[in-house]
Amino acid sequence: MFPLPQTWKKLQPLTLTACRMVPVVIPSSSGDWKNMTKAGALLFPRPMQLTDPAQLQELARQVRVDIVEMLYRAGSGHVGGSLSATDLLVALFFARMRLNPADACWPERDFFVLSKGHAAPALYAILARLGFFPREELFTLRQFGSHLQGHPDSKCTPGVEVPTGSLGQGLSVANGLALALQLNKSPQRVYVLLGDGEVQEGQIWEAAMTAAHYRLGNLTALLDRNRLQIDGHTREVMSLEPLADKWRAFGWHTQEIDGHSFPEILAALDAAGKETDKPSIIIAHTVKGKGVSIFEHQVRFHGVTPTTEEYHQAMQELQAV
Amino acid sequence: MGAVSPPTSPHQESTRVEYGKVLLELGREYPDLVVLDADLSGSTHTSRFAKVFKNRFFNVGIAEQDLMGTAAGLALGGKIPFASTFAVFATGRAWEQIRQTIAYGQLNVKIVASHGGVTVGEDGGSHQAVEDLALMRLLPNMTVLIPADGPETRAMVRWAVTYDGPVYIRTSRIPFPVIHPPEHRFRWGRGEILREGRDVTLAGVGLMVHYCLEAAALLAQEGISARVLNLSCLKPLDWELVQDSARRTGGLVTAEEHLVAGGLGSAVSEVLTDCCPVPLKRLGVRDAFGLSGKPDDLLRHFGLTPRHIRAAALEVIQAKRHP
Repeated sequence: MFPLPQTWKKLQPLTLTACRMVPVVIPSSSGDWKNMTKAGALLFPRPMQLTDPAQLQELARQVRVDIVEMLYRAGSGHVGGSLSATDLLVALFFARMRLNPADACWPERDFFVLSKGHAAPALYAILARLGFFPREELFTLRQFGSHLQGHPDSKCTPGVEVPTGSLGQGLSVANGLALALQLNKSPQRVYVLLGDGEVQEGQIWEAAMTAAHYRLGNLTALLDRNRLQIDGHTREVMSLEPLADKWRAFGWHTQEIDGHSFPEILAALDAAGKETDKPSIIIAHTVKGKGVSIFEHQVRFHGVTPTTEEYHQAMQELQAV
Repeated sequence: MGAVSPPTSPHQESTRVEYGKVLLELGREYPDLVVLDADLSGSTHTSRFAKVFKNRFFNVGIAEQDLMGTAAGLALGGKIPFASTFAVFATGRAWEQIRQTIAYGQLNVKIVASHGGVTVGEDGGSHQAVEDLALMRLLPNMTVLIPADGPETRAMVRWAVTYDGPVYIRTSRIPFPVIHPPEHRFRWGRGEILREGRDVTLAGVGLMVHYCLEAAALLAQEGISARVLNLSCLKPLDWELVQDSARRTGGLVTAEEHLVAGGLGSAVSEVLTDCCPVPLKRLGVRDAFGLSGKPDDLLRHFGLTPRHIRAAALEVIQAKRHP
């Protein structure tokens, strides 16, 4: 068993040592990964700047395999929202963010806040692949004593900046980070991933006002518009449209993209990065459960893990590509 | 027993005003100190800081949840944020933000909330925080402090800047008589013995500390010797001091501008239950909300005057003799 959670930010030795010893774990099943991350690309700090959509596509497939595996083994957790956000997170972490997996506390890193904390499996799978912690820890998800709590806990997972899971709170935290970076006159950026159901929380709109008021040009929000929430379609539970108009009216630089198209995601991240006077939001139209036909567009797979049969079918689909 | 007029000390200071003043001093000493408010900077006195350090002051508007989240983000970015608004909004409106991000994440956020207790007065029950201490005391990782006067406020805020972790400090609307010397130093996790005594212990927080001293003076006239404690560090509570007082004096009275459930009275009774049950009388608001009125009228209404503390002490002494 792994040691009980430690506070990585307070420099407790266990987790960080473990990460430093294993800079990147190359999964046995993924020869492609080995080829695409030749020695040079693993030199950190990054930006890693993987720009070939095909490479990102393949990485995203591998991350999806890990997510399904983790959740199947854990027996609980959120499949749909993890898979819908995978492409956005892969693009962000592998192509744009400045990170140093060997030193999670690297002061010049870009910051990421997973406001939709239930997509933790996607974040964990990516952090492991980047070398923040050994990949085998992924399969301790949600177990007693694991570094990987059911929802992100910054006290015990290297690379997780903020505890999240209670929806609607991450944008305010991202604003605070962006304000701190502005005070330091730092070029670093803050990224935050919001769920679409999540923006029903009032605090999101308080934070939307604050970000525009303080002209947080160093903040990019991504909104995973997968159209489903736990009780059903967002249209039926609580209408969100016209969503882009709402953000525009709140003073945000607003883009709408296909959240599964890497060229569109990268272009949108770059356009957001050029905006200096306004916070940016990228409303990414996605498919809940993306990548596994039986999970796609299914409300059931918001918070339910696959049966053994469904798991085998999912793995077959993901690995057949 | 004749009426005891509200305390008239030669010198009174307001804890919220002193907070505003010490922030200004600390702003010069700590370049990473930042201050946030939710449209009440004039009342919480963060406006003093705002005028001098414009770029390090963030008003988030009337949005307490966003206030706490933004403060958390600033802490993550290496700043030392002080977030202020009225106690009832800070702890009630934004409790879950404090729980999920600040306390759960052990973030270095200082929440200094003004207008604690019933001495808010005329604004009435909607604005009188009588449950803030309970709400903050519940939270793991949280330190909960209630200064008894101006010097203690300054000492606590100065201490809080140097401490890495979440802290809640409750200040009050009205000025309190000064008990401590100007150079007073705050010690985390420690209570203070302000007056030594054998027969009973009177423990208070905030204004009630002064009232306990007045009650002890009344009791002394009757030949009763009362120990007086300032338990301004409500969490972590000075467990040893409470235990010691129980053993030495055999009975305690607690007094607080707060519900008797969840605040000082609860904290003390938890210690006593665990280690040394002795008679205890808890003075405070009993399962009620505040109401409009002058602070003195409200304190009398809720049984929070030196006279009430004296009467409770006599009951405790009686209970010691005839358990």
